[in-house]
Amino acid sequence: MSNVVPEHKSSKRGTVSIDFKTWGPFVALVVLALLGVLINPAFLGLDNLANMLTRSAFIGIIAVGATFVITAGGLDLSVGSMAAFIAGVMIILMNGVLEQFGPGLVTVSIGVGASLILGVGAGFINGIVTTKGRIEAFIVTLGTMGIYRSLVTYLADGGTLTLDWNVRDVYRPVYYDSLLGIPIPVWVFLFVAVTGYILLNYTRFGRYCFAIGSNEKVAEYSAIHVDRVKTLTYVMQGVCVSLATIIYVPRLGSASAATGVLWELEAIAAVIIGGTVLKGGHGRIWGTVVGAIMLTMIGNILNLTDAISNYLNGTVQGIIIIVAVYLQRAAWRKGEP
Amino acid sequence: MESIHDSVLAGRRICRSFSGNQVLFDVDLVLRAGEVHALLGENGAGKSTLVRILAGYLSPSSGDVLVGGEQRQYRSSGEAESDGIVMIHQELALADQLSVEENIFLGREIRQGPFLDRSAMRARCREALAALESDVDPRQRIKELSTSDQQMVEIAKAITHDVRVLIMDEPTAALTEHEVQVLFALIARLRERGVAILYISHKLREIAQIADRVTVLRDGRLIETGLASAYDTEELSRLMVGREITEMYPARAVVSEQAPVVLEARDIVVPRAVHHASFSLRQGEVLGFGGVVGAGRTALIESILGLRRRSAGQVLHKGQPVIFRHLRDAVRHRIAYLTEDRKGKGLVLNMGLRPNLTLMNLRDYCHPLIDRRREDQAFDAAVERFDIRLRTQASTVAELSGGNQQKLLLAKVMSIDPEIVIINEPTRGIDVGTKQEIYHFIRELTDAGKSVILISSEMSELIGLSHRVAVMCAGVLTGILEEEQISEQEIMQYASGIKGVGADEQRRA
Repeated sequence: MSNVVPEHKSSKRGTVSIDFKTWGPFVALVVLALLGVLINPAFLGLDNLANMLTRSAFIGIIAVGATFVITAGGLDLSVGSMAAFIAGVMIILMNGVLEQFGPGLVTVSIGVGASLILGVGAGFINGIVTTKGRIEAFIVTLGTMGIYRSLVTYLADGGTLTLDWNVRDVYRPVYYDSLLGIPIPVWVFLFVAVTGYILLNYTRFGRYCFAIGSNEKVAEYSAIHVDRVKTLTYVMQGVCVSLATIIYVPRLGSASAATGVLWELEAIAAVIIGGTVLKGGHGRIWGTVVGAIMLTMIGNILNLTDAISNYLNGTVQGIIIIVAVYLQRAAWRKGEP
Repeated sequence: MESIHDSVLAGRRICRSFSGNQVLFDVDLVLRAGEVHALLGENGAGKSTLVRILAGYLSPSSGDVLVGGEQRQYRSSGEAESDGIVMIHQELALADQLSVEENIFLGREIRQGPFLDRSAMRARCREALAALESDVDPRQRIKELSTSDQQMVEIAKAITHDVRVLIMDEPTAALTEHEVQVLFALIARLRERGVAILYISHKLREIAQIADRVTVLRDGRLIETGLASAYDTEELSRLMVGREITEMYPARAVVSEQAPVVLEARDIVVPRAVHHASFSLRQGEVLGFGGVVGAGRTALIESILGLRRRSAGQVLHKGQPVIFRHLRDAVRHRIAYLTEDRKGKGLVLNMGLRPNLTLMNLRDYCHPLIDRRREDQAFDAAVERFDIRLRTQASTVAELSGGNQQKLLLAKVMSIDPEIVIINEPTRGIDVGTKQEIYHFIRELTDAGKSVILISSEMSELIGLSHRVAVMCAGVLTGILEEEQISEQEIMQYASGIKGVGADEQRRA
């Protein structure tokens, strides 16, 4: 029993809601930043901003990949475990080849190469099982999530894998150094975001993601290789996880069963806050970037104030996610014909 | 003249706008008890908006809805339903995973105390289905039913209401010939019981058969209303379109005897759908495919194009054996396929018009990034060539009328510049004017040396356009009719398996 659609939908209101849909995440980010400044002027300090962006880079890079998966109507729950697993293998491998190649560029390159191969492979497995096996992405990636998590626990024998100090010294700059005053992870984040933006909005691949997420049948009848495109989104997700892991490993120099826990949910949250539709068909890279920064910013602001306990970080994040989506949905509804 | 006061349902001076764009202008409509009232008009004329207002799904911008002479302001379709005004939708609105009986009583379950009275509901559900001569089991899930059975459930749902006014929006679009006759018998019975029926259809033959009165809308305005017997079909088409419709079907192009065979199918078998079907298509020819819904025509064609699996058979393109594993392979051989399911498979409804147009041939607009300007140019060209009418700047396909959607879909599949065009039910749910444009477009294709396969359930279309007609019945290609053999009666006999290949087996089955 549907309700009567009322008539008062002047074009004026339509444009207002569309604008809100596009700019909503940005407006929210500015509001949050203003709040941060009011709470503690140190918030705007260059050190703090750089630190915040660097931290948001991990989730941000992963979330850019997730934007493709979700836009094409999929979902990847395995990214957090995948990151932990890749980090674990990287550390073992680099420690292993240390004797042969010494603590130099070669050793680190081997680690980085392995990371990319594992990322592509893991993404490919998620994609191929989802498409060829005709199994829901939720189920497949729930499975691989458990597998990678247990594999890293097994590799670490329940403990922690630690990167050799000598290698760490060589590898450190990837996380801690800056280029033109901007930390390297932020550069990587920016690179991934710009590449993602171009791919999603200006290439066939991106257009196909939109079409498949909206209606797979139409895509199939438009002579699009649906399975191929969907698999490719998971591969891209894998590459993003791999890149995030490459800049994460030098930060702590270790991996354990606790590495990357709940990253998948943070990445999905960033995507959703950014205005991508969870059931697919519409995706926005810059929204995702803003979403990722917002999630980190909340933690950062709570760190700068005593008014709210830092332990309530999750609560604030949760509220913001729900409010953001509520506002978007209200906008969607108004925009309907 | 007719008085609003002895009507069961009436609309008085109804106007309606959507975001500043007026689609209905002062429309009056009076429905009397025990009449079948046909509502006619081209796609986008405002018929659906008008009936949605009358059934309480939309509110008018101005004007009144009157029930039994009293003014009503419905806030939901549920309120209209409790007044006995029930609408059967063009797009089926059933819950896939629920059973037939659960759907029929959805939202108004019969209860005994706090519990569902399943046996009472099943009994009433059986009654309604029996009245429709439908053998659907009330316990079956909707998703297990064929489209025509689903349509029957939708109708059964409406008649289990205590109905005074029944509004039907294109009810026969997905029904087989037999089911249509059953539906008409039911309509006659309802009319005798004093139910008023408002009937929307593009099939003028149906109107002539069942309507007592007709109302014609054009561009949101009331053009004419009066006794159905006062108009013949030519007159009605003229009123709908606003101009004389001459030569609905253009004369066929001549196909020379030496025209080469461009596509040939041998012994195609699709499990549970097609048994050993063979046919060939010559250059410049229109090969029609007749038969009832579910006879296997779509399965046969889609198995050739790589959209469905086939278990046996060979396809030859210009004499060379080919295997299309994916529709893309067929597209590479310049074969275009226009699906019959415009909204489910043809166009992405919530996407813009330009991306829909270029989706099939996006490669041509990439070097390597998508060139939006060229997309725009292509779109403007398509609007021109296919006469897509944009009354406002529609931002998504969902906002277009059915006829314009069909033209956009046609433009989309034509973007690959095909040599062979396979068109499945090109005029389903489409008004006369657009139909005629599509028929002339098919003629242009054959003039340009392209070959066309036309799958259609509309007999006159097959007869009017095809050089040869292949007829299928229950998965068997019963025969290919040529020249003077092509007549309604012949097609019917082949389609029901009385004549042609496998007629004996059909009779035994």
